[in-house]
Amino acid sequence: MVVLASVVDTYLWRILMKYFVLLAGNGELEPWDEMTPEAQQQIFEQFGAFDAACESASDVETLGGEALEGGSMATTLRTRNGELSITDGPYAEATEQIGGYFLIEAPDLDTITDLCRSLPAYDIEIRPVVDIG
Amino acid sequence: MTSKSDPSSTSAETALAEVHRADWGRLLSLLVAHSRRLDLAEDALSEAFARAAARWPVGGVPLNPAGWLHTTARRLILDGLRAEAIRGRKAPLLAVGREWVAPPGIDEFDELDDERLSLILLCCHPALSAESRSALALRMVIGTTTEEIARLFLVSQPTMAARLTRAKKKIVVAGIPLASPVDDELQRRLNDVCRTIYLAFTAGYAPGQGPDLLRSDLAGEAVELAAVVHRLVPSSGEAQALYGLLLLQHARRDARVSNGKLVTLTNQDRSRWHQEEQEAGADLVTALPPSTGYQEELRLQGLIAAQHAQAFAAVDTNWSAISTYYGLLEDLTRSPIVRLNRAVAVAESEGPIIGLAMLDGLDEFLSDNHRLHAVRADFAQRAGDADQALASYQRALDTCDNEVEYLHLERQRETLREGTTQHPC
Repeated sequence: MVVLASVVDTYLWRILMKYFVLLAGNGELEPWDEMTPEAQQQIFEQFGAFDAACESASDVETLGGEALEGGSMATTLRTRNGELSITDGPYAEATEQIGGYFLIEAPDLDTITDLCRSLPAYDIEIRPVVDIG
Repeated sequence: MTSKSDPSSTSAETALAEVHRADWGRLLSLLVAHSRRLDLAEDALSEAFARAAARWPVGGVPLNPAGWLHTTARRLILDGLRAEAIRGRKAPLLAVGREWVAPPGIDEFDELDDERLSLILLCCHPALSAESRSALALRMVIGTTTEEIARLFLVSQPTMAARLTRAKKKIVVAGIPLASPVDDELQRRLNDVCRTIYLAFTAGYAPGQGPDLLRSDLAGEAVELAAVVHRLVPSSGEAQALYGLLLLQHARRDARVSNGKLVTLTNQDRSRWHQEEQEAGADLVTALPPSTGYQEELRLQGLIAAQHAQAFAAVDTNWSAISTYYGLLEDLTRSPIVRLNRAVAVAESEGPIIGLAMLDGLDEFLSDNHRLHAVRADFAQRAGDADQALASYQRALDTCDNEVEYLHLERQRETLREGTTQHPC
């Protein structure tokens, strides 16, 4: 029964998962630099609403999150044949528009997708974080 | 073989088949609800059925067969969780709603417990690929074997097994929850469910090869899935329209193939249509008021199928009613395929020349679709324009990649050719 008890512990302990929420692209939104101040203000308000939604949701905790500089400020490292090369620019065209990320603990995927509805209408990729407990 | 005539063995087989048919989905949904592990729960329930197949013929069928399977499977899940804990693996668990409180092992099998709706919604979650949703729903809710699902979708068994495994892994790893949404969210999710079921159903009638020309037995599993959803959510007009439509279409299964060949609707032996299913389907679709969106699409398609069902012979078909429904369906969907079908109906009621005119503009969307050219060939032939008919048959053959339909088109063209060359004599 000792084993069973630990199984049950694992069970309850693992209710929360970590998700990496990547603001992957602008979608139908204008690039930040081309937005009017009013539109930028609205984006700020939406991020504020998202923070508040995460704050008030039960079992949800924001572990981290930052806005990122644009792809032109990126540096890419690649190792080929054991040689590290350092190049200017983003890893791939698709990653040029990455605007920021959040790391959020939540009970399940539906909770995360619901919360993301309050974010600005970016294209968003959600990845579960590997649990290496 | 003595074992086959042995009454206890036969009754055990019957009991097992019956409990599989009636209770697989309910048992699995409960096991998933309590363990939050779709992968372990499915393996455990399969193993429980295997053990029943070995034991029941010898030891007799238990008083509560479903309860026996539930208890056995639950123990197997715990064994699996223990094994993982001992290996030190903290594999992610399928997330369930926060109302879940009972630790594993203390629930009792209850005849009234039914988590199948949550299980169906889980299998049809939008975070899963559309092609795996329909396969997963059949496997988990109806208990269709991987081998049969592979046959249904005309892919190899390893391909289907890999697809199912990937989908189960995504559910567990991404934390897709076993949820019970309500109101708008439930309606949104039911829409995904209905589309998924319809996809599985139509897969059964996509022409394949040889004895698997059609797989109507497996399309029947999709009808069963639609029945389950309709019973679980009787207030959903969408589920009602879907179930009605599928009953009507599936009722024609025995007349769709003859001597290894596809038989068109017009030429089907209508005495082989399942009349009771058609009546039940027609009752479901005609009871629904006009609505919008996908539900209305399904309802209109159902009304069209119900019109066909009412005609004792092809010549009795009320084509003008069908044309009207197709007109509404075209307004709703703006689909060129619907326009093509509408043209067929209109040609029946108002003649092939008007039908031909309705095909104008469709080449822009359907130039690679052999059906457009086949329909135009048929209209032209009936309108007496053999040149256009032959040219259209050629284009139909050029664009047709299904062997069965290709042979059918070739026969049509040869018949026309023979007719035109003999005519001057």
